[in-house]
Amino acid sequence: MKYIKFFLVGILFGIVMSKAEIISWFRIYEMFKFQSFHMYGIIGSAVVLGMISMFLFRKKMVKTFEGNEIHVPPKKGGLYRNLLGGILFGLGWALAGACPGPMFVLIGHGVVSILVVIFGATLGAFLYGTFKNKLPH
Amino acid sequence: MEFITQPWAWYVAGPIIAIIMFLLYYFGERFGVSSNLETFCSIGGAGRFVDYFKIDWKQNSWNLIFVAGGITGGFIASQWLSPSNAVAINPQTIQDLADIGIQNAGASYLPDEIFSIETMLTLKGFLILLVAGVMVGFGARWAGGCTSGHAIVGLSNLELPSLISVVGFFIGGLVMTWLILPLLF
Repeated sequence: MKYIKFFLVGILFGIVMSKAEIISWFRIYEMFKFQSFHMYGIIGSAVVLGMISMFLFRKKMVKTFEGNEIHVPPKKGGLYRNLLGGILFGLGWALAGACPGPMFVLIGHGVVSILVVIFGATLGAFLYGTFKNKLPH
Repeated sequence: MEFITQPWAWYVAGPIIAIIMFLLYYFGERFGVSSNLETFCSIGGAGRFVDYFKIDWKQNSWNLIFVAGGITGGFIASQWLSPSNAVAINPQTIQDLADIGIQNAGASYLPDEIFSIETMLTLKGFLILLVAGVMVGFGARWAGGCTSGHAIVGLSNLELPSLISVVGFFIGGLVMTWLILPLLF
């Protein structure tokens, strides 16, 4: 039962990804062509409100429902890791028109071919884990 | 009900995404979808070959449940909340896509030239889907996050690594959109 809240939040995630057309390949293409404010508005407004959340967590004004402090672990530094990994991700994002969240949501829309993309993404994660020590970070 | 069934504006969607992130932290977890890909590898037994995947994946169960909810939410939206799958993209975008060989842009969520079953069953079509996925998965884990973990959480938390990653996302995305996509179709 402790998992049902994550399922419900996930449903909200799937609905908002769908209704705001974030799952649309065309919206991603349009974003990278700078032909619409839509995606920038979504990410920008989420980040601005997210900053307020992070401030409340950091100042311990909001704790978890169990009363624990919320600690957001820092991301790993490293120019190569973040830049090269980011570029590779961006190439795939613009080709698939979907980042990992929307990929899963598209299953719910009955898109069979997205399973190939998800298989590829899992394979990609496996290849990263396999060659991690040979890559610059 | 019309408020729900029409496409949602950015100023509705962005705040809801922020609320989703807030709730996941409030529930004692975090917001990041691409780490599930590593969990899949661990469940599939990748830990037998690569130590990196030797993790107790059960601690990430909540995230798998979140993803299952996302799939369910997509199903609910497609079945009951969306009278039309048309996407009202910029007419210039439609023209630009027609010029590179993608027709009927915006008539549905996805272009048939990439996602139709017929395309998937061709070698080229299958490879495009597969390679796109590999780049997303490899890149996200190398960078340590995807759009959720870096662009939303990391930028919200004023993380320099996330800013660098997001710059990378855009370099890659712009190269694909402006230079590579026109060559593919």
